[in-house]
Amino acid sequence: MEQKRWSNQWGRWALTAGALVISAGAVAAPPSPAMLANACAGCHGTYGGSAGPAMPSLAGQSKEAIVVAMQKFKSGERPSTVMGRLAKGYTDADFAAMGAFFAGQKLHPTQQTLNPARVARGASLQEANCSRCHLEDGKEGKDDTPAMASQWLPYLEMQMALYLEGKRKMPEKMAEKVKPLSVEDLEALLHYYASVK
Amino acid sequence: MTTDRRNFLKLMGAGGVGASLAACSTTGTGLDKSAGRRVVVVGGGYGGTIAAKYIRMMDKSIEVVLIEPNRQFVSCPFSNLYIGGLLPDLSTLTIGYDKLAANHGIKMVHDTVTAVDPVKKTVTVSSGGTIDYDRLVLSPGIDFRTEEIAGYDLATTPQIMPHAWKAGPQTVLLRKQLEDMPNGGTVVLSVPLGPFRCPPGPYERASMIAMYLKQHKPKSKIVVLDANPDIVSKAGLFRKGWKKHYEGIIQYRGGQKVTAVDAKNRSVSIEGMEEVKGDVINVIPPQRAGLVAGKAGVIGPDKKWCPVNGTTFESTLQKNIHVIGDACIAGAMPKSGYSANSEAKICASNIVALMNGKETIDMSGINVCFSFLSAKEAVSVAGVYAVQDGKIIAVPNSGGVSPDLSEVEAVYASSWLKNILTEMST
Repeated sequence: MEQKRWSNQWGRWALTAGALVISAGAVAAPPSPAMLANACAGCHGTYGGSAGPAMPSLAGQSKEAIVVAMQKFKSGERPSTVMGRLAKGYTDADFAAMGAFFAGQKLHPTQQTLNPARVARGASLQEANCSRCHLEDGKEGKDDTPAMASQWLPYLEMQMALYLEGKRKMPEKMAEKVKPLSVEDLEALLHYYASVK
Repeated sequence: MTTDRRNFLKLMGAGGVGASLAACSTTGTGLDKSAGRRVVVVGGGYGGTIAAKYIRMMDKSIEVVLIEPNRQFVSCPFSNLYIGGLLPDLSTLTIGYDKLAANHGIKMVHDTVTAVDPVKKTVTVSSGGTIDYDRLVLSPGIDFRTEEIAGYDLATTPQIMPHAWKAGPQTVLLRKQLEDMPNGGTVVLSVPLGPFRCPPGPYERASMIAMYLKQHKPKSKIVVLDANPDIVSKAGLFRKGWKKHYEGIIQYRGGQKVTAVDAKNRSVSIEGMEEVKGDVINVIPPQRAGLVAGKAGVIGPDKKWCPVNGTTFESTLQKNIHVIGDACIAGAMPKSGYSANSEAKICASNIVALMNGKETIDMSGINVCFSFLSAKEAVSVAGVYAVQDGKIIAVPNSGGVSPDLSEVEAVYASSWLKNILTEMST
């Protein structure tokens, strides 16, 4: 009963898409995009700029990338530890609100030690293989493709490992491109993306 | 006037924010706030730093004064790893306030609050000055209900039986006692009745101490005397980890409330029924809201914690005083560092709304809390929170604990610490 009433309320908020809800007993506005997104910063950094090498920066990601990632965490399609459990606490409208908030933040430049030779090799591999979806040197992404630029290398490596182990599903076009590449090539690509500021 | 000037000089030296003072004051006395609006935040931990920062991020026209006696903050989260020997010192858990103050124009006052006047809306600090506020945020953490343990003296007992429940010298002392203990010695860890700061903390501590004993003092054991009937957080995972790694090292006894201590004799008493001796005794006393909450009159009828509005974190007992973090009653949100961080942002958003005559915003909060079971394995609990009928509830069908012990969660835990301490210090 309580649960039903609660989810109805969220449904109403979603329908009004952030507009003020005026109803009996309503004393406050529903959570704003900033209210929702600021809660994420404990793990992902202020404004979504991560200082922790295993956590991705959310700053500068597109709204679509955030929404799709959160939906996949929620359904379990994308493997996670805490993210799946957290994603279940939000609606699609919440994901869109968080996504809009993080899309409005500047890309977060990271300071990390990278291998210059790998960065150089990665740059040419990116141009030849990945640039149709990972746009602007990985600073942007086509549709729901996430921004890769300046992400922490350990985070990128952890995700690539999940892809290669088949635990995270690659989009078809990505699978086609990744298949012929060696582990060294992939490592070079990740060094390159991590280097872009 | 004199006290204002003294405070002004203190501020000038306190965080390199002198330049911002001119804009906030018409009289040049620094803490005379006749010119503008001011929020005073008391307590520079997981909650207070974030409340101060986010108010400034959201509205630069509000002056923020952060009062904290210490020049550095040492994190309780991860301090159990130092106790277990996984960290060489506390440096990775220690942050300062200078960058935070400079980046956001927060005025640091390193002093202790001695009085709060909710009618005049002032706080008095130990140096004698008073500071006016429009709104006051208290993030005082915890104080100990030592009166519930016979023979416990707050000045002397922790020097022999460290609580190590406020990180810093106490943490170092407990580690040193473990190092000095002979192989074959017994460690006693007493857990108070909940609610207390960091629900899984005592059990993580038991794990970390057991890990150290297993490696360096294999003839030793640790006895956990828990006043609660059972492990209060992540129980299944702790049991699983203890069975996997520390069988025969951790002796867990639920429903065993320590009611008296004898520091000289190195023993604790369980409700007068049984005396338990130990070579190292870690008594975590029962807790209440930090001292300043009592001075402000915001502790509720339970005489322990502070009831607050679930949207604004304003005290239900005193207008214009907000309480966040371990000290407040935040419904379903546990007393954790992450909760304090999340509550601080909710509180900051709504203070800014209230001070600008705008509608408040319903809260949306998160808690994530990692615990280490061994050098490489951790587990977590996560939750998403919303307000319903004025109460903070866990969003149905979300959150929960890890399915198993996990090496990748240990990696995430370290990144979490880095992020949250960076958020607090920059």
